[in-house]
Amino acid sequence: MHRVKVRVVEDALDANNTIARANRDDFDRHGVAVVNLMSAPGAGKTSLLERALERPLGEGIRVGVLEGDVQGEYDAMRIASLHVPVTQINTDSGFGGECHLDANMVRTALPSVPLAEIDLLVIENVGNLVCPAEFRVGEDVRVMVAAITEGEDKPLKYPLMYRTCELVLINKVDLLPHLEVDLEELLANIDAVHPGVETLVVSARTGEGVEEWRRWLAARVARRAAAPVA
Amino acid sequence: MHELSLAGAVIDTAERHAAGRRVLLIQLRLGELRQVVPESLAFYFEHVARGTLCEGATLEYETVPATLGCRECGATWPLTATLGSGSATWGQTPPGGVRPQVAARPSFRCLRCGGADVEVEAGNEFEVESIEVEEPACTG
Repeated sequence: MHRVKVRVVEDALDANNTIARANRDDFDRHGVAVVNLMSAPGAGKTSLLERALERPLGEGIRVGVLEGDVQGEYDAMRIASLHVPVTQINTDSGFGGECHLDANMVRTALPSVPLAEIDLLVIENVGNLVCPAEFRVGEDVRVMVAAITEGEDKPLKYPLMYRTCELVLINKVDLLPHLEVDLEELLANIDAVHPGVETLVVSARTGEGVEEWRRWLAARVARRAAAPVA
Repeated sequence: MHELSLAGAVIDTAERHAAGRRVLLIQLRLGELRQVVPESLAFYFEHVARGTLCEGATLEYETVPATLGCRECGATWPLTATLGSGSATWGQTPPGGVRPQVAARPSFRCLRCGGADVEVEAGNEFEVESIEVEEPACTG
């Protein structure tokens, strides 16, 4: 027996990215715009989704939701009560429960997502500021929710997450009068790690900024519709 | 704790290249921006590798510092150049728990022209660079 060195030079996440591309091809074939919605636990992903979807997003825009959670169908039940088709993915079958969705979990769930009947699919990721940023699932665009209660330093601590998003929703701003959090400092930190990234200041509770969030989603659907279908 | 999933991805990649041979060593390149904790990766690796070709293999890693480049003016610089004194490591609060000052904020804006069209030239790596496998002695 002897040792042999094998040169690899391969991104260890290539296998995930290959499956993500297969998902993307399926989405493209049906002309579906796909948003990967991420945040820390409790930042308000589901609440902002409920607020966005409680009325039709726009004429003829049909929406579906894929809910990722370690355990339980609590979020899926909230979305289903809005009469939006929703599929739940639970990640607790593995070693301790995965803390994110990967491309293969989404791929496995796709047969129960009515791609032919929707124009927008929102994939609500597992609440976590680290792992979801590592795994592409085939989305067009990544959106994150940063609750103002998390403090203004989080972009500096979790730069990968902030850098991979095209929109940052700053939620719970109705609480600003009760906190010692500096919104301007948070915005400056976001701009430092991801210069020029779009931000919206919102409150799922009061509805502030929700119209802008709805318009942003509708614009993504319009952009997808204008793109050539694969 | 993304190291758990990342350990699985490392093992999958190594096994694919091992072609059935036992893996003795895996060399990784870890970009600074990936925030991988090598000790945590090694911990999970040991568990996840059980029963695979990678069981008992050693993990070695090289950290790749983050380098940024400006698409507008062509400047390149290490991310550490944007860190003020007193904040030695990316993303960490300086010793003593002092709130980071604006000068210590790492910036992805161009150091020379202030432009926002900045790309990460290095620092996002999560690569298996090479593996060492056990080769049966040549009988020919």
